[in-house]
Amino acid sequence: MMLQNKTIKPNMKSSVRFTAVMIILTGLLVFGLILNINIGSVRISAKDVFSMTGKYVLYGIKNIFSGGKFQAELSAISNASTENQIIFSIRMPRMILAAVLGGALSVSGFLLQTFFRNPIAGPFVLGISSGAKMLVGITLIFLSGYIGYISPWMLVIAAFAGSLIITIVVVIFSGRVKNMSMLLVIGIMVGYICSAVTDFCITFANDHDILNLTGWSMGTFSGADWQSVGLSAVVCIPVFFICWLMSKPMEAYSLGEGYAKSMGIRIKPFCIILIILSSILSACVTAIAGAVSFVGIAVPHITRTMLKSSKPVYVIPASFIMGAVFCVFCDLLARTVFAPTEMAISTVTSIFGAPIVIYIMVKRRRQEG
Amino acid sequence: MDFYFKTSDLSVGYNKSILIRDINIKLEKGKILTLIGPNGSGKSTILKSIARQIPAVCGSVYIDKMDILSCSLKTMAKTVSVMLTDRIHTDIMTCKDVVSMGRYPYTNIVGSLSDKDKEVIFSSLELVGMQEKAFQDFNTLSDGQKQRILLARAICQQPEVFILDEPTAFLDIKHKIELLDILSFLTREKKVTVIMSLHEIDLASKISDYMMCVKGDTIEGFGTPDEILKENTIEKLYDIEKGTYNMDFGSVELSKPEGTPEVFIVCGGGYGIPYFRALQKKQVPFAAGIIFQNDIDYQVASKLSDHVVSAPPFEPVTEELFNAAADLILKCDMVIDAGGNEGTFNHYNRKLLELAEKNNIQIKN
Repeated sequence: MMLQNKTIKPNMKSSVRFTAVMIILTGLLVFGLILNINIGSVRISAKDVFSMTGKYVLYGIKNIFSGGKFQAELSAISNASTENQIIFSIRMPRMILAAVLGGALSVSGFLLQTFFRNPIAGPFVLGISSGAKMLVGITLIFLSGYIGYISPWMLVIAAFAGSLIITIVVVIFSGRVKNMSMLLVIGIMVGYICSAVTDFCITFANDHDILNLTGWSMGTFSGADWQSVGLSAVVCIPVFFICWLMSKPMEAYSLGEGYAKSMGIRIKPFCIILIILSSILSACVTAIAGAVSFVGIAVPHITRTMLKSSKPVYVIPASFIMGAVFCVFCDLLARTVFAPTEMAISTVTSIFGAPIVIYIMVKRRRQEG
Repeated sequence: MDFYFKTSDLSVGYNKSILIRDINIKLEKGKILTLIGPNGSGKSTILKSIARQIPAVCGSVYIDKMDILSCSLKTMAKTVSVMLTDRIHTDIMTCKDVVSMGRYPYTNIVGSLSDKDKEVIFSSLELVGMQEKAFQDFNTLSDGQKQRILLARAICQQPEVFILDEPTAFLDIKHKIELLDILSFLTREKKVTVIMSLHEIDLASKISDYMMCVKGDTIEGFGTPDEILKENTIEKLYDIEKGTYNMDFGSVELSKPEGTPEVFIVCGGGYGIPYFRALQKKQVPFAAGIIFQNDIDYQVASKLSDHVVSAPPFEPVTEELFNAAADLILKCDMVIDAGGNEGTFNHYNRKLLELAEKNNIQIKN
């Protein structure tokens, strides 16, 4: 191997760099959100959007602190005109959902990369999203016949079970093969098996149930409403903070199990928590928006490159915001490029994400060979 | 006497099946113990069990009367640091990042480094001579440099006891010496106790206060290097059948040519060694003489040939010895005059050469 004299320049302290990256990303996120509100089949001027949003937020805050006394004012704003309705009950929840779930997916990918010590790991390529999708599909098709109404919480729990099972399967197999490319192959194959089972179930399902299923199984944020936003925020944001608090052992773990152990980390509980957290995050995404591809790999990779560091303390929050930015823009493209026809979100994320996977593979191969 | 580091009836192995039993190590503070033994003999297993990387099957390990197999992992991390043979793959981590992981047991929940931590990190980097590489990507280092960074990481943990599994692997001779110098510095100045495994027996005997031979399911020996390294210990420990190991110089000789000697080398004073080695490479059996047993030629010749005519030191060469040499020389097809035979006190060698000439044996200079 040729040794380049690659120095990570000490001219910028990593904490300074982190702050700069966070400011840029937050700026991009705000910009993306504004674009998202403005652009669409109904055009709404930025000024109107700001005044309405401002009022809405103000009443929203008052409403929370007064215990729901301003509910009337809130609905008055959101129902004032068609534009308002579009903004407050379609575009806003959709973009917030895209942001939160994008962040969740990125952090979930980062956790898996930490666990497998492999930059190519992510909920989609390892088949974990497909596993979640499989159980959600089964729940929607078969259980709905018995219970009638399926709450979003049940879907999240089903998806969580699916994610966890598939992660464990992949972990068991990957224990036998240490090779990084083999992990990917196993993940993709497991993913295919899950997809096959899902397709099989769809084939034998009632037409009525499939109706529910098709939009969702493509992967899209189009079904967003305030309820799903609330659900995803309640699940993802606390989990995100727990992840961040685990960043110290995560960094130590990146040196390998032996060294991590010698620094005082209990490997087994640590790994179990890592897998559970990652499963919760990817399950939440899959239950609400379907399988979204490559975000989990692409975003942490871009983030690490931007930060020039892989310290989890920095990478986790930056990945979350970066994932939000990435998904907000991808969703914008998905719904506007061929409007009024919408693309599945994965169509867009794959175009940006898959090349990054190829890049990482090629770069790694060069380093190893 | 109470020892600082002690294992009592420690048995180690995998999955509760015992690989090596009844390990009793006793060390004073600030000493170096080296484990030697063939590949797969269980040196790593012993080190890993002491460092709690794998559970010990039974027995206990005490450091300063504290049972470290049952203390908290954090206490353990502050007491013992390790350097393993695991290869590590990092992703965008500077050397400083890797070294700073050694501060893990001392930092707060998000791992932010205090000024004191930073000071320790940079002084550890300085100690291994890598301070200039502090901000270089760890992945771009050579194996030897990586090894030194990992040593710095272990130092940075400020342990009482250091456990190193083959720390000199991948290092060239210069860096081997430097690494062992650092270890002996740590034991002298910081009173750190070192337990490690080495493959280089010569280095082990020079740096260690104690050595332990590990082979099969038992400990073959534990003691100071002088007690351990007796005649043939190494050959027995490693089951060396063909080559030999010179205890005094730590040098290895390859397998000895077998058979009746074809060449006689008249030598002494180190002149013969290049010829011995050349003939060994071609696997030509040879005889050599007449050399004193304290001659440097004797050290090599006696390992590579069964037919060395040697005289006890500080005594004149007897007639008998001369006749023995003459017998051998007459059976050979060739005689080599290695040189150095002009001196007053090796006239007998000149006589040997004259004898060869008289009998028309080919003489090479």
